[in-house]
Amino acid sequence: MTTKVIVVGGGLAGLMSAIKIAESGHKVDLFSLVPCKRSHSVCAQGGINAAVNTKGEGDSTWEHFDDTIYGGDFLANQPPVKNMIEAAPSIIYLMDRMGVTFNRTTEGFIDVRRLGGAKYSRTVFAGATTGQQLIYALDEQVRRYEDAGLVRRYEEWEFLSIVQDDEGRCRGIVVQDLKNLEVQVFPADAVIMATGGLGMIFGRSTNSTINTGSAAAGLYQQGAIYANGEFIQVHPSAIPGRDKLRLMSESIRGEGGRVWVYKDGKPWYFLEEWYPAYGNMVPRDIATRAIFKVCVDMKLGVDGENKVYLDISHLDPKEINRKLAGVVDIYEKFVGDDPRKVPMQTFPAVHYSMGGLWVDYDQMTNIPGLFAAGECEYQYHGANRLGGNSLVAAIYAGMVAGPKAIAYAEGLSKRSEDLPPSLFEAAKTREEKQNAAIFKMEGKENPYKLHQELGEWMLENVTVVRYNDRLKATDEKIQELIERYHNIGVGNGAPWGNQIVPFTRRLWPMLHLARVITLGALHRNESRGAHYKPDFPERDDENWLKTTKAGFTPDGPSFSYEPVDTAYIKPRQRRYDVAKEVTMANV
Amino acid sequence: MSKKITFIIKRCDNPQAVAYWEEFKVPYFPKMNVVAALMEIQKNPVNAKGEATTPVAWECNCLEEVCGACTMIINGTARQACSALVDNLAQPIRLAPLTKFPLVRDLVVDRQVMFSNLRKVKAWIDIDGTYDMGPGPKISQNVQEAAYELSKCMTCGCCMEACPNVNSKSKFIGPAAIAQVDLVNSHPTGAFRKEARLEALMGEGGIADCGNAQNCAKACPKEIPLTRSIAKLNRETSAYALKKLFGK
Repeated sequence: MTTKVIVVGGGLAGLMSAIKIAESGHKVDLFSLVPCKRSHSVCAQGGINAAVNTKGEGDSTWEHFDDTIYGGDFLANQPPVKNMIEAAPSIIYLMDRMGVTFNRTTEGFIDVRRLGGAKYSRTVFAGATTGQQLIYALDEQVRRYEDAGLVRRYEEWEFLSIVQDDEGRCRGIVVQDLKNLEVQVFPADAVIMATGGLGMIFGRSTNSTINTGSAAAGLYQQGAIYANGEFIQVHPSAIPGRDKLRLMSESIRGEGGRVWVYKDGKPWYFLEEWYPAYGNMVPRDIATRAIFKVCVDMKLGVDGENKVYLDISHLDPKEINRKLAGVVDIYEKFVGDDPRKVPMQTFPAVHYSMGGLWVDYDQMTNIPGLFAAGECEYQYHGANRLGGNSLVAAIYAGMVAGPKAIAYAEGLSKRSEDLPPSLFEAAKTREEKQNAAIFKMEGKENPYKLHQELGEWMLENVTVVRYNDRLKATDEKIQELIERYHNIGVGNGAPWGNQIVPFTRRLWPMLHLARVITLGALHRNESRGAHYKPDFPERDDENWLKTTKAGFTPDGPSFSYEPVDTAYIKPRQRRYDVAKEVTMANV
Repeated sequence: MSKKITFIIKRCDNPQAVAYWEEFKVPYFPKMNVVAALMEIQKNPVNAKGEATTPVAWECNCLEEVCGACTMIINGTARQACSALVDNLAQPIRLAPLTKFPLVRDLVVDRQVMFSNLRKVKAWIDIDGTYDMGPGPKISQNVQEAAYELSKCMTCGCCMEACPNVNSKSKFIGPAAIAQVDLVNSHPTGAFRKEARLEALMGEGGIADCGNAQNCAKACPKEIPLTRSIAKLNRETSAYALKKLFGK
């Protein structure tokens, strides 16, 4: 009896899952919307965190763990975070052995730098394109297993839904080939979802265009629990653009970049003034709110617009080239100014979803046999993610999910090959019908315009500063969009190479996930990490030290709450104007 | 009336169909790039004659020139549509698909061959396993910096498009895959299987098919020194061939 596992998603989490499965001698089918090398992981710039203590500052995995829990405002369940942090140094060494071109110290060790929310230099990096370098290394390892006949890649195929048996177990997936939109069904004993983030729900963000969240959202509609949806990270620095908000890495501040605006005719370094202990190295939620305060409330943005200076013009251009070239190039190409000479102008942008599919400590969702890893799940960042922790979380989750999926599959009394073919045929027919129905849509609404409207509302009302009346109005708007969805027209293009039909398909679950995010925020009457309500400015542990769990019903999401596992560190007040107090394991 | 930018786009419904050019007028905005213009056409698929048409199909993803997806021919040159700013382009702006790869639809082509070529040359490091075995070898800053230059290749296909020796009649794997051999062979552990990769480069469609036109390095959006890698591997494959002939 052979065990068959499917991995959906070709970013860091998906590739690592596939490598783990293939390494144990099992076969894996790997599905990706784009060639894996073009996955959104390539956009990660600043680096990957691990307490390797190269600079002799006395860093330790405990400090990294405490920074992560504290930075996440105590919302993350602590045991899996602790395991991840402890594995982080070995993950760096593994990537090093795979040939990732990490920057080096004079002696040839792996170099480290600082990112926000940390007092130590623990971010390992490859120029300012660390994500790209990591994914290329994993992609090559997968290619090696492809060569050995263990991995089969399906690139430019889209996940549509899972197949569930009578017991509710996940038994395979239904996918479509994006070239001809033909639907196919693939049985499997376990499925790992590694489908990334959802920035496109906010219209424009730092995310790639494939980051629609629709795979996770579709699973939510199929019965998977979605957790902490309301926690959306808005990164402090991006270049505003009509098509995309291009990220300007936190490593710019890590290497000495300073944020300022003019006040009374003089540069005002407001982060350094307000947060003397961390200065420009405060975590993202803190920096973003400060920039909003300066631009929106105090009207001190550059040229009266929503922009602040991000300044590296005082740094040594040689060091900039060695450590920040990738991002400086992006700024030069898209804005035209040279950041070595002229301060950059940036503004916050939606960047990362801390929330995602609910998973247990084995990365399994509430649907047996369905696992999730990477940004599409909720487990490692609490209410706010620290810079440099996403890459380690994606790789680590893949390292857990792969072996756990195999263990689950091997424990099954019946393999998917023992199930009646009609189960799979029915799932395929269901999706073919769905596609046929979309092809027949000939209303007046343009799906791209509907998406734009969704994004404008979400960006305006469900990001940095949240008010209950506006959240309610946004949910009503989303419901209006859900109504108007039925009046979409897709033109009369043929299936071959058609892009509007798959886009229209993705938009439906996106609208429903937008409700989860918005209503989750509405219900949570407190401020914690990235979730901030001026009417409820304090963290409220008594009522809200809880994971939000949203389940789909035809009438909208139904919410329940689960206590947070604080096994190691007792929640304490989170502040960055003074140094963080020292903690020790309370075991 | 607000300023409009004219785009003349080569369209083709499928590989068997006849291609045609269609003109679009897109309202201008500051810092507009080609991708943003194509997005506007999606939202309003009407051509310059005012006729309703199908939205133009094209590929894109990261929109910041690190994923390589949105490569197309813009005013005669292969480059990424995201970093092609309208202000810097002669108008009307002509968009066409890459010609060295099988066409899918409109501006979309199938570049799988580039990934297959990476497999042919075994562009990976053969690690023992993913279990914890401590760090890899120490590497000097100079070696890291040279490797980083090569490792930025995003498999976009600009070098393939520019190379006269990559064409429908040849099996030449092209400059990108050769540079990746240089990258892996320059790594201390990668070097252990150096000869297997040299063998691959000496096979059909290998490095001997390079005609030394030197277009590739100029075409690379990441300024990867492709010709330097090719020259180096030319020497190494020759030396290896001699060694095989006489050294046994």
